[in-house]
Amino acid sequence: MSTNQSLRIFTRALASNETADAPTTTVKMRVTNLNFYYGAFRAVADVSLDVPDRRITAIIGSSGCGKSTLLRTLNRMGDLVPNARVEGDVLLDDESIYAPNVDVVDVRRRVGMVFQRPNPFPKSIYDNVTFGPRLLGVNHRADLDAIVEKSLRAAALWDEVKEKLHESGFALSGGQQQRLCIARALAVEPEVVLMDEPASALDPIATYKIEELMHQLRDEYTIVIVTHNMQQAARASDFTAFMNMNAQRAGTLVEFGPTKEIFTNPHQKETEDYITGRFG
Amino acid sequence: MSVIVQAKKNAGVSRWKTLTRRLEHGDTIFRALTILAALIVVVTVGAIGLQLWNTSALSRDKFGWGFLIGQDWNPVAQNFGALPFIYGTLQSALLALVLAVPVGLGIAIFLSELAPDWLRQPLGFLVELLAAVPSVVYGLWGLFVFVPIFVKPIADALNQGLGFIPLFQGPVFGPSRFAASLVLAIMVLPTISAVSRDVFLAIPRAQREAALALGATRWEMISQVLVPYGLSGILGAVILGLGRALGETIAVTMLIGNNLDLTASILHPGYTMASLIVNEFTEATYPLYLQALIEIALVLFAITLLLNLIARLLIWRVARRTTTEARV
Ligand SMILES: Nc1ncnc2c1ncn2[C@@H]1O[C@H](COP(=O)(O)OP(=O)(O)OP(=O)(O)O)[C@@H](O)[C@H]1O
Ligand SMILES: [Mg+2]
Repeated sequence: MSTNQSLRIFTRALASNETADAPTTTVKMRVTNLNFYYGAFRAVADVSLDVPDRRITAIIGSSGCGKSTLLRTLNRMGDLVPNARVEGDVLLDDESIYAPNVDVVDVRRRVGMVFQRPNPFPKSIYDNVTFGPRLLGVNHRADLDAIVEKSLRAAALWDEVKEKLHESGFALSGGQQQRLCIARALAVEPEVVLMDEPASALDPIATYKIEELMHQLRDEYTIVIVTHNMQQAARASDFTAFMNMNAQRAGTLVEFGPTKEIFTNPHQKETEDYITGRFG
Repeated sequence: MSVIVQAKKNAGVSRWKTLTRRLEHGDTIFRALTILAALIVVVTVGAIGLQLWNTSALSRDKFGWGFLIGQDWNPVAQNFGALPFIYGTLQSALLALVLAVPVGLGIAIFLSELAPDWLRQPLGFLVELLAAVPSVVYGLWGLFVFVPIFVKPIADALNQGLGFIPLFQGPVFGPSRFAASLVLAIMVLPTISAVSRDVFLAIPRAQREAALALGATRWEMISQVLVPYGLSGILGAVILGLGRALGETIAVTMLIGNNLDLTASILHPGYTMASLIVNEFTEATYPLYLQALIEIALVLFAITLLLNLIARLLIWRVARRTTTEARV
């Protein structure tokens, strides 16, 4: 496939993606000079990036280049790795989430996360969705019922499970489990939702459902998604960040911009090589 | 042609060859061996039960079911009843569990979730070392160190503060149900904590991350995700502890005071089935006496089996509820 041909395919995918209005958006999260170390190994090097509010930002790049690591710094899940260290800063609504007085628990309530592999709790569908709200002290049955319906609807799962809310979340299919995990994340009404390859374990139809879902969520939530699927990034995101490994195998940000621009008119040769499949 | 392609070709030469290969290296023999192993266990348990049943015939014929509720154990009058020993066994084992389970779980959670990396190994090792101390050493240590220095003062305090409750009635003895239960608790602690630590360690990281990403604190993650997830395994650990507590003999014999009185107070001395057998086995001078002792063993055996069965059912129900709940 020639460069031109594949670019045309991406452009077609982008045509349905009308609202990528870069200049008017405000910044929801700002990453500045971020370095992440696993022990002595630097996995992310000097990344600066503005995540626009109520838009979908995709992070693409070859395997092992630090996409998940970067994503996990946005809700401080990286803190959980022993001997790991963060340098630089991440701002959420202009306030650092790494400042000493910040409560991690609070950060994670505002910045939710959906993992690569569905990880429901071995509890009922209902109890999965209400897990977060209950932690926040919501206890009235009627409130919880309302949250369950709203979240499952938002995750496009309601119609499939409304008859069996009290059955185990484990009894769902993989795609349904992933949407349950999305519903569970949405139930605490986060401002930002991070998704680490949420569709990688799913078939094309379930993948399509999740993309459709992201598109609906975009009115209310800021979404950051890591994906290996170039078409998915082109179809479903407003902005794209392309990462690559430098000579020391540390992940760097090569290029960031409106998805349309990255896929049709990349400024960097590396980016063009990657999206046209000559690399990675 | 690659080595693999060649090998496959050879393997596929004949049906007969694949069949013999299966026989030779694998499935069939392995299956037979596992079935055999399982059978050995069943047969052994059955044989023990049968043997105990047969060799206690004299006593069973004379006392019938009344043996279980008889309160007297009098070799001179040739009158034997098991109640004080059944009571003492259940009481000391349960009290030991009540004391050991919270502490054991605490240790397990600390070792698997909270302890800094450098502390996990050595501390885990120390806890497991508790299991390696011989029972008789626990008995001696309990008798000469633990009871006078630690147990007696606590027992006195309990009696003074809560003496109006029958459970803590005086007079306070050194060797007592309380002393035996405390040492039993220490003895079952390594089992409970090591097994439940392994249960916690086996819980997928994805479960922890899911909880934390929803804004759970570490404690909320432990109590609301990890404990429910591992509940059936934790119950299994408790049952292992219970098994040990029920059958433990020497240390208990040295510490429980070996007294037949059926009082409620845990500060009084008591008696267990295992202690009775080990104390009187050599003195059983006539057949009925010996067979009554064997019937005690039969009762202990039956109680242990029964409690294990109940516990299995419990585990099975919990496991079904948490993992496959209504996978119908
Ligand atoms: N817990 C860890 N400890 C040590 N090194 C790690 C750890 N997690 C990731 N790494 C290393 O950090 C680098 C980046 O990993 P990361 O998971 O962020 O890559 P990724 O871009 O998400 O890759 P993929 O697309 O395969 O998921 C890799 O070299 C990886 O080996
Ligand atoms: Mg990754």
